[in-house]
Amino acid sequence: VTPAATTQPRLGRRPNLADRTLIVLTAAATAIILAMLVIVLGDVIIGGWGTLTWEFISAAPRDGMTKGGIFPAIFGTVALTLLMTIVAVPAGVATAVYLAEYAPPGSRVARLVNVCIANLAGVPSIVFGLFGLGFFIATVGRGIDVAAFDGQPTYGKPSLIWAALTLAILTLPVVVVSTEEALLAVPRELRDGSLALGATKFQTVTRVVLPQAVGGILTGGILAVSRGAGEVAPIMFTGAAYFLPYLPTHLNDQFMNLGYHVYVLATQSPDVDRTKPLLYGTVLVLLLLTFLLNIVAIVIRIRFRRRLLA
Amino acid sequence: MSESALRKSAGPPSLAKQSRWLERAAEALVKTVSLVSVASVILILIFVGKEALPILTSAEVHKELTPGALFAPYADAGYMWQPVSEVPKYNIIPLFIGTLKVTIVALLVAVPLSVAAAVYVCEFAPKNLRDYIKPAIELLAGIPSVVVGFFALIVLATWVQRIFGTDHRLNALVAGFGLAFAVCPVIFTVAEDALRAVPNSYRTAAVALGSTPSQTLLRVILPAAMPGIAAAVVLGFGRAIGETMIVVLASGNAALLDPNLGHSTRTVTATIAQELGEVVVGSAHYHVLFALGALLFLSTLVVNVVGERIVFGMRRRLGGAQ
Repeated sequence: VTPAATTQPRLGRRPNLADRTLIVLTAAATAIILAMLVIVLGDVIIGGWGTLTWEFISAAPRDGMTKGGIFPAIFGTVALTLLMTIVAVPAGVATAVYLAEYAPPGSRVARLVNVCIANLAGVPSIVFGLFGLGFFIATVGRGIDVAAFDGQPTYGKPSLIWAALTLAILTLPVVVVSTEEALLAVPRELRDGSLALGATKFQTVTRVVLPQAVGGILTGGILAVSRGAGEVAPIMFTGAAYFLPYLPTHLNDQFMNLGYHVYVLATQSPDVDRTKPLLYGTVLVLLLLTFLLNIVAIVIRIRFRRRLLA
Repeated sequence: MSESALRKSAGPPSLAKQSRWLERAAEALVKTVSLVSVASVILILIFVGKEALPILTSAEVHKELTPGALFAPYADAGYMWQPVSEVPKYNIIPLFIGTLKVTIVALLVAVPLSVAAAVYVCEFAPKNLRDYIKPAIELLAGIPSVVVGFFALIVLATWVQRIFGTDHRLNALVAGFGLAFAVCPVIFTVAEDALRAVPNSYRTAAVALGSTPSQTLLRVILPAAMPGIAAAVVLGFGRAIGETMIVVLASGNAALLDPNLGHSTRTVTATIAQELGEVVVGSAHYHVLFALGALLFLSTLVVNVVGERIVFGMRRRLGGAQ
């Protein structure tokens, strides 16, 4: 084994036994981590492939969720993440624009925002669930009920909108980090050139900097969607339902969700062997959804970095 | 591309009043929106804390439960979490032990693997291979935790029982191994960043002095990157104690105070996830669950701040040494 060329200088010349052992051991550790990915993927694809029919993704569950499909769960997941994106992406992009373009160097506000973004990213998802319940449902929702619906529980209950807003806060850091990275990668000279030509700051940001950073924004948005589509803990108490005979049509409707459906089938079903094919099928659909989104995001980012470097 | 963008952006050179107004409005808008993140952190603190506070202040809650009862053993039952029995018992020590058990298992697996993988990717891997490994590990991080939990429940549990002959099919080992799937990418990413932050001059100097690759790595690069690697472990710990869906599905969820890793166990997060749905709003049980959430929130906050501090300190030191 020769230490292959990296971008860094090679670590010494001729690898001796200790070197080789080290390389083999670290390579083996890498292989084990990659194997985790392959094993989960492989197991879910093999287990779920047989279930994945048109009926499965287009029909509603039947017979106490032991037969039929998962269309309502797919619909609910898409509706949820769409709503979440509408909130999280503009808010995240605006935050990143402020941090990268407007905040004066050493700004205290910017430092505070950065600290909060970092902490928000580290808050356990179940805590977001508690927060959604305590803030959106019990406080905001109930407030709306008292103010507009004579105290009738209309918005003061688990709903699509509250789950989406909870998830929007959870995914905000994903959008901010990705957008900010892209904005910072835009060369200083482009801004200077634009300003020198007489453009205002706002014109420079919207017509020069943001178009250059569109890949980063897209990446952030897609990663947020992928993250949001897979989260279960924050929506358990804020809007997801075991089973609904209808699709959600209003912001205050409850909804079914792929991840929650997996959790319910895996823990509450009296007959796991009968639901196992459905379970595998649902997991496969969820994994395909989040994975395809992730792969698209990674490809966009790699291409974009390359273009900026070129 | 950049030229056409520049041409388009030039616009009319006049700075009319209207556009000056627009300038100010735009800046005010992005600045205000950026405060959403600050508001969110504060609101989480307030609204999770508000529902947890009655544990300390409410006489109503104290009829059923005093703050001390959360930590001290019951005279008749010892350390017992049994919130829905005839006489509810709210000792949260078994839940902490449960979280600790699965977290330790997860870190014992994830730390050596992830740090070694970071070393491989940063120091040994050919460039073209590295360009595939990093996105692949990102993909691993992108697997929803409910999917990992499902995999641990169906597949890992069977393997673990076959290999270790555990008493319970779902236990701390299974949950810990499952958690490792989620923790590895976190530790890998931070550790890899730390190794990358070690200036190349360190490597060239070590090599010029005649060090072999292993000497360079073990005596120069790793010591220099050690704070960052410590931070990686700290952040991985934070991720592990906060993870919910994997442990809910794989740990067996029995609140036993028991050091045996092969027995079912129940973590803080899993307790909230499983019990909050059925609890009466405003009951002592309800407030205890929020108190658990508040403790979780505060501990991850501390863990993250410590982790970030270490990374920041190391960056500055290495930057100064360059």
